[in-house]
Amino acid sequence: MNRLTSKSDLERLQKELASRKEPERPVVTLCQGTGCRAYASEKIHNAFKKELASRGLTDQVSVKSTGCHGFCEQGPIVVILPDEICYCRVKPEDIPEIVETTLLEKKTVDRLLFTDPVSGEKFARESEIPFYKYQRRVIFGKNRLVDPQNIEDYIALEGYSALAHALTEMSPDKVLLEVKKANLRGRGGAGFPTGIKWETTRNTPGEKKYVIVNADEGDPGAYMDRSILEGNPHLVLEGLAIGAYAVGAREGYVFVRQEYPLALENITEAVEQAREYGLLGKNILGSGFDFDVKVKRGAGAFVSGESSALISAIEGSAGEPRPKHVNAAISGLWGKPTSLNNVETWANVPLIMKEGSDWYSGLGSDNNPGTKIFSLVGKVNNTGLIEVPMGTPLRTIIYDIGGGIKEGKKFKAVQTGGPSGGCIPEEHLDVPVDFDRLNQMGSMMGSGGMIVMDENSCMVDVAKYFMQFLMEESCGKCTSCREGIKKMHDILEKITLGEGCETDLQQLEDLAWIIENTSLCALGSTASNPVLSTLKYFREEYETHIKDKCCPAGVCKALIRYTIEPEHCNGCGRCKKVCSVDAVEGNKGSPMTINQEFCIRCGICQEACRFNAVLVE
Amino acid sequence: MITLTINGKKYEAQKGQNLLQAAIDNGIEIPHLCYHEKLPPYGGCRLCQVEVTKGEKVELTTSCTYPVSQGIQVETETPRVQKARRLVMELILTMAPDSPEIQQMARKLGIETIPGGFPSSGEKGDDCIKCGLCVRACEELVGPGSITFSSKGPERKVVPPFEEEPESCIGCGTCVHVCPTGCISMEDLGRKRKLERWKRVLSMKVCNDCSSAYIPKAQVDYYLKRTGDPYLAEWFDLCPDCR
Repeated sequence: MNRLTSKSDLERLQKELASRKEPERPVVTLCQGTGCRAYASEKIHNAFKKELASRGLTDQVSVKSTGCHGFCEQGPIVVILPDEICYCRVKPEDIPEIVETTLLEKKTVDRLLFTDPVSGEKFARESEIPFYKYQRRVIFGKNRLVDPQNIEDYIALEGYSALAHALTEMSPDKVLLEVKKANLRGRGGAGFPTGIKWETTRNTPGEKKYVIVNADEGDPGAYMDRSILEGNPHLVLEGLAIGAYAVGAREGYVFVRQEYPLALENITEAVEQAREYGLLGKNILGSGFDFDVKVKRGAGAFVSGESSALISAIEGSAGEPRPKHVNAAISGLWGKPTSLNNVETWANVPLIMKEGSDWYSGLGSDNNPGTKIFSLVGKVNNTGLIEVPMGTPLRTIIYDIGGGIKEGKKFKAVQTGGPSGGCIPEEHLDVPVDFDRLNQMGSMMGSGGMIVMDENSCMVDVAKYFMQFLMEESCGKCTSCREGIKKMHDILEKITLGEGCETDLQQLEDLAWIIENTSLCALGSTASNPVLSTLKYFREEYETHIKDKCCPAGVCKALIRYTIEPEHCNGCGRCKKVCSVDAVEGNKGSPMTINQEFCIRCGICQEACRFNAVLVE
Repeated sequence: MITLTINGKKYEAQKGQNLLQAAIDNGIEIPHLCYHEKLPPYGGCRLCQVEVTKGEKVELTTSCTYPVSQGIQVETETPRVQKARRLVMELILTMAPDSPEIQQMARKLGIETIPGGFPSSGEKGDDCIKCGLCVRACEELVGPGSITFSSKGPERKVVPPFEEEPESCIGCGTCVHVCPTGCISMEDLGRKRKLERWKRVLSMKVCNDCSSAYIPKAQVDYYLKRTGDPYLAEWFDLCPDCR
């Protein structure tokens, strides 16, 4: 039993763990985030164990499972410490070679190193890889060092020191003041000042108060909250406990969507371990402060990420939003004062306690302190989770970290803020990314999704995709959101089918107005952003669809035709072979043709052609 | 008591009251569909829009969900309010184009026909505007909770559980009574009562005196069980006319 009963107990354990550490001892760290697991990183873990055992190296080399490193497209990722040698896309059969070359001969396996897709340059150390080099990983950085299922790993890296410091040396008011001074803003999307929210909860009279972690992240392509919760759950718990102390809550909830099984597993395990170590429960570290946490599993609805819907879901009702004229900070869970913040916000709290509000507010841009984790996906060379100081220009994110657009194509737009965000065109790439600037550009921070699109993306189609997502994810309670979004989607569909008419754009704007101004919750009031921002920056693309019945990006199937250029076609027949509807006609050796009557415009012939003979009209 | 201003005139309201009820009590008309004074505000139909000024903040909001507070200024007919109401009503009208009640409300708001080009939604002949009054009245006023919402987004609809005949339905007809579009039908066919929409058929109790079938047996059983009053059984032996 390792129950810690005082701050000095914790410090003693930290010293003991530090003394056990051998800095020169090689440690093989393996990412066990969901992305790498999908590529069999568990098998790699076993393969390492087996290989080390067979060579009698088990006592000399440690193997450790860690959380997500962020560079998910290069997974499974193996990093060998202390030299930080980073291997990408590792397969179980590569393990003997890694053990032989790197662990025994101290050389690198060059074929497994990261190769820059543009320059072809290879990088051995993880921190030198451009994807990581331009980041500032103050929140996410520990993921790669900590085994999420082992609390001592977290404690060894000064974990829970911030909580111990807050509980023993600061009054709740002082903690609150520090968070207010740091001007931490909610990472869930709206950017509301966390300190003010906490203060309201603290000042509302009542014995029972609650703190809640919103881990119902649901934006397509975004997974930063999942990766923090999976990779470093104690960071979130520590932040939550500090928050609970500040607002006067004795109970907390972590609401995790059920599509995140590993996050659920790791946070549940973390809560149990924290209880065992006396870092949750009664009289934490002898301070007299009691606080415990329950993990709640969501039922998988996007709208449950909305705070009032999430509270309904915890109470056992359907996850549907409620009117919010009275703030949850005053009347939230079971009508009690409740401070609800998302995973990343809570994860920022220990850092503020540790480094102080002055240090923290020095990071980031004006009125937007700290860093933000983004999920950088789409048509960029390097995709994954990135953490940068607020105010970093989009260009740095897309070109320096993301390595530019795939296959040398042209950048068209970046969609930020998830389905309710907006599309930002090239002319605004130098704008610093923070809550306020993104709002000014008709987009939003959201939880930090960032989808990069190239010249082959049709903006009407993109808007339609997001409206379809929102239509399906609207809870359906209020007329404006349920009916309005559906009508907007139907109009967009009509346009992409070549049936658009002149009044459509006006109707889209009218519907956008009504959804924005009269919806019950934020899902509705922000739902028209994908349409409004594309209309603002790419209006001519809509007009081309409507007037010329043409899709300039070659995406909308009803408006395009695939043809074969006879001069380039040598009649190899590859296209004919892959066509699933037998629309390609002709004899081997002579140019092929496409029968438009049968063609379903799937584009597979174009992908198959090695002579660029298949064209889109 | 709280004092508030509506359209430039001062009125009084009770603390804890919602703005729509305060307006109704003072004889001010605000169109609404999903609100019922005996039920907690729901905020679903979005029709009862008003503009509220509180301090420096001016906000377009539904009056049914807005708790009154001292000194707020409310406008019920500004151009912004009218625009919001009209556009919301157009959305509602496409869900219930055949309902005379909805048509009449729409006409009052200056809408004559379904706006051209808006693709109509909802199943044809459905006329349900998903205001949830039937669901809430059944559960919160009467008690059986025999109908519920299923699915989400545009697929949302009111159904009995598993879309099967709801055994718990007592055939009281409250859902029919509260429905603002008249889309729930209830027919008494001799000794049977039929609620087509819920696939519910109930046997009727017959008056000992005049033999008219006047109340579903299930409803009598429900009242007896709920009140636990043995004398009530006798009361139900006679229809209201013969008592």
